Amino acid sequence: MLAVWVPLLLPFLAVPLARRLAEALSPRPASWVLAGTAVTLATTAGVSLGLLAFTGLLRLPTVAALGHLAPHRLAGGPAYPAVVAALLLTAAAALLLRTGHRQLADLRRARSTADTGHPGPLTVLDDDRADAFALPGPLARPTDPGRIVVTTGMLRALTGPERAALLAHEQAHLNARHHLFLAATEYAGVLHPALRQLRAPLGYQLERWADEAAAEATGDRHLTARAVGRAALAASGAPRPHRPRLAPAAHSGPVPRRVAALLTPPHPRHRTTGRTAAALALTACLALTTTAALEATADLHDNVEAAQFR
Amino acid sequence: MTDGSQPHGGQSRRSAGELEAQVLAALWAAGRPLTPQDVQISLGDGLARTTIATILGRLHDKGTVERTKAGRAFAYTPTVEDQAGLAARRMRSELDRGDRTTVLARFVSDLSAEDERLLRELLGETS
Repeated sequence: MLAVWVPLLLPFLAVPLARRLAEALSPRPASWVLAGTAVTLATTAGVSLGLLAFTGLLRLPTVAALGHLAPHRLAGGPAYPAVVAALLLTAAAALLLRTGHRQLADLRRARSTADTGHPGPLTVLDDDRADAFALPGPLARPTDPGRIVVTTGMLRALTGPERAALLAHEQAHLNARHHLFLAATEYAGVLHPALRQLRAPLGYQLERWADEAAAEATGDRHLTARAVGRAALAASGAPRPHRPRLAPAAHSGPVPRRVAALLTPPHPRHRTTGRTAAALALTACLALTTTAALEATADLHDNVEAAQFR
Repeated sequence: MTDGSQPHGGQSRRSAGELEAQVLAALWAAGRPLTPQDVQISLGDGLARTTIATILGRLHDKGTVERTKAGRAFAYTPTVEDQAGLAARRMRSELDRGDRTTVLARFVSDLSAEDERLLRELLGETS
């Protein structure tokens, strides 16, 4: 019955490994590593919670009677982990629903806002404040790639070639469906608190991915760097009353890092010992947690079978 | 779609939709009617004027832009419907909301004072 605890504890070890590995990879594989780790760990942690709660459920006389079980024949320790697991699972389910509801409501509102009645992939909002984002199409309509939303304030802050870089960046977000990566990792963080540490690095890697796509589309890394930097300065100059400011000023945030990465020539990522070690360790963690979840499921199955009246 | 009509400029891989978006963005940025030649200068990337005229014609057919006669050429402005003004007002309140959803990938996040200084340094600007 130890196996059931492994998926609940392993995220604390695997998340730092995934973050370290992502730092050593280029943006696209790094994004896949971060989101894949989040989804795998969240799924197995959810399975573990479910198994724990289910074991407790079986001890209830009415449930045991329904399953033709003799509760006293069920193996396992004290009952309180099952109660805690059931409470956590209920809380997680409620939070998942709330997160999903909020995301859908936000998207729907953003869509109705951006619906200016004009067809085409670009929506321009007549607003002096500089802002731009990729608005994904509805999940139910996979053929709808979504649209780019940008304010006139942003367009006027940039030169023509810089605007091309901005549009290419947003188009890359839409083409690669980056919102699905973000949403999956958001849900994972609801299921296990340790997984919240994956959201910020994923956000950064997705922006880098789109930056590199824009640099390739425009064929000019310096131009793309300038576009990112000037757009950020324009957006920060525009006052946004209720937008909380990120990070204290002690160290540089994601935007200067993105600009610096674009200003350096692309270098092939070499395999280093550290990277290989992190990759191996992370793979081992993910394999271990999956095995443990399967093992725990088999355990419960055997346990139930043993307790059944014959 | 129109891969054959792409110019030889440095950006031959762009799709028709991407070119339309760039031309439309140039019109919005200008804030005044632009002729195909104006758009060409604004884009500044060696796109043929005939290509730009074709794109503008297509945007006009869709009702996305309006045109007026300016000398021998047409000058184009984005169509601003009442609905767009309405959308802008709604957007304003949307931008004011602090808790923008996490699934909207934003072009830029907020900057700290240190970020801003570092950025200007990287871009070679003096604050």
